[in-house]
Amino acid sequence: MTPLIDVGAVLRGSVSDQYTNLVTRHTGRAVRDGIERELAGLGARRVTIIDFSHVGLLDYSCADEIIAQLLLRYGASAHGPVAATAAEVYFIFRGVGDHLDPIKHVLEHHGLAIVYEAPLGDTHLVGEVSEEERLAWDTIRRVPRATVEAVAAVAGLPPETCERALHLLWRRRLVLRDGGDFLPIGAVA
Amino acid sequence: MTAIINVPPSLDDEKFELVLDQVARVPADERLLLDARHAKWSSPYGLTALLALAQSRAEKPAFTGPEDENTASYWSRAAFYRHAEEVFELHGFVPRPKPAGDSDVLLEITPVTRSDDVHAVVERIQDKAKQILTTSLHLDPKATMGFAMTLSEACQNIVEHAGQGGWVAVQKYLWRKRLGRNVVVIAVCDAGLGFRRSLESSQGRRIAERWDDATALQEAVVNGTSRFREAGRGQGLKGVRRYVQRWGGRLSIRSGTARITQGEGDLVAEVPLEKHLAPFPGAQVQIVIPEHVEK
Repeated sequence: MTPLIDVGAVLRGSVSDQYTNLVTRHTGRAVRDGIERELAGLGARRVTIIDFSHVGLLDYSCADEIIAQLLLRYGASAHGPVAATAAEVYFIFRGVGDHLDPIKHVLEHHGLAIVYEAPLGDTHLVGEVSEEERLAWDTIRRVPRATVEAVAAVAGLPPETCERALHLLWRRRLVLRDGGDFLPIGAVA
Repeated sequence: MTAIINVPPSLDDEKFELVLDQVARVPADERLLLDARHAKWSSPYGLTALLALAQSRAEKPAFTGPEDENTASYWSRAAFYRHAEEVFELHGFVPRPKPAGDSDVLLEITPVTRSDDVHAVVERIQDKAKQILTTSLHLDPKATMGFAMTLSEACQNIVEHAGQGGWVAVQKYLWRKRLGRNVVVIAVCDAGLGFRRSLESSQGRRIAERWDDATALQEAVVNGTSRFREAGRGQGLKGVRRYVQRWGGRLSIRSGTARITQGEGDLVAEVPLEKHLAPFPGAQVQIVIPEHVEK
């Protein structure tokens, strides 16, 4: 079963059991610390669902502290992690439908992207991605696993372009890689 | 010596400049008496700025409140006197404390010092904001969440940058003269560091040759520069600007001797950046969200 971190529970456990809203940087940092403590107890390579379903409001400061800084620390950028992390960590964000405005804002600011799960379980990509990355991601989402050549053929991309895009998506922890195959994160979750 | 400062009958962000012009002529260590006997009305900005003005003085100023009972009663319901008695020496008619109980006061004047205060403000306002924004301002329900975010970010400006406490108030009223429509106004005022000194406190920051309050405001509000060097800082005000733009509102931020204003639609700013205003320490923020009307 895919591990799940309930952000609302982390908020109540690490800041105050009276709060339902994720506001202020101070709160954001405390919640991110709580999430990182939970992540530390998980395995070396894992997909984790970060669930915002029980959160009332997410402001820009908390979106930055919790989502953007978490991604940066766990290496979900094209340039690798801010903090050294040995593990390959993948996130799927759940319950973020009402919070997409601040999330998009901070993702754009940092040049990041996330995979989020809509209420019916379908996954979406949001944030800063190139056209080739989006095309490759949309293709890989529809197949359980595929090689670069297979994705390139379906997406209509030149193999070298497709390989570059898939490699970047993997570096950004937006798809999984298993040997020569690429897999959508959602399929594992 | 005590210098008498006349508070105009109608006290909004523009008229408050008349108060500051008078204060500017008084030495910093001279005592003030703010005479609001003839005041008939004040916006949330006027009330919170009066408190911040008191906070900025070395010696506790004296204050004489409105003689008009309705006005005094309204200021009491907005919790002005509750906080005024801490920062002013009160004279004249002081109404008995009254609970808000007023549907137009979304948030009575509330002190903001710590992160917990911002949580409390946001928790308190959410339900009422939803009701007012959708029924009185006819905004899409989607506007509610952004409104609370905007309020949170404006209050955090105090927590993160002021170096001391400030006040926030939120109210709905009919902006008869300027718009002829209902508006919801957020006012957040402090007498702390202000934008210029906050940015100057950043270690290793190179100060531009032309460096003043206006430049500091532009840096922070337009370019998203923060005294904190971590990437990702300075996004709060950018978010506030986006929200104001989305809902055709107006954002004005005064700090030191300058004010920057972003206005949309009917609230477009005639002078987006004002310089050489009378000095006022700290930062004073006003956000106006107007009623939606079909064109």
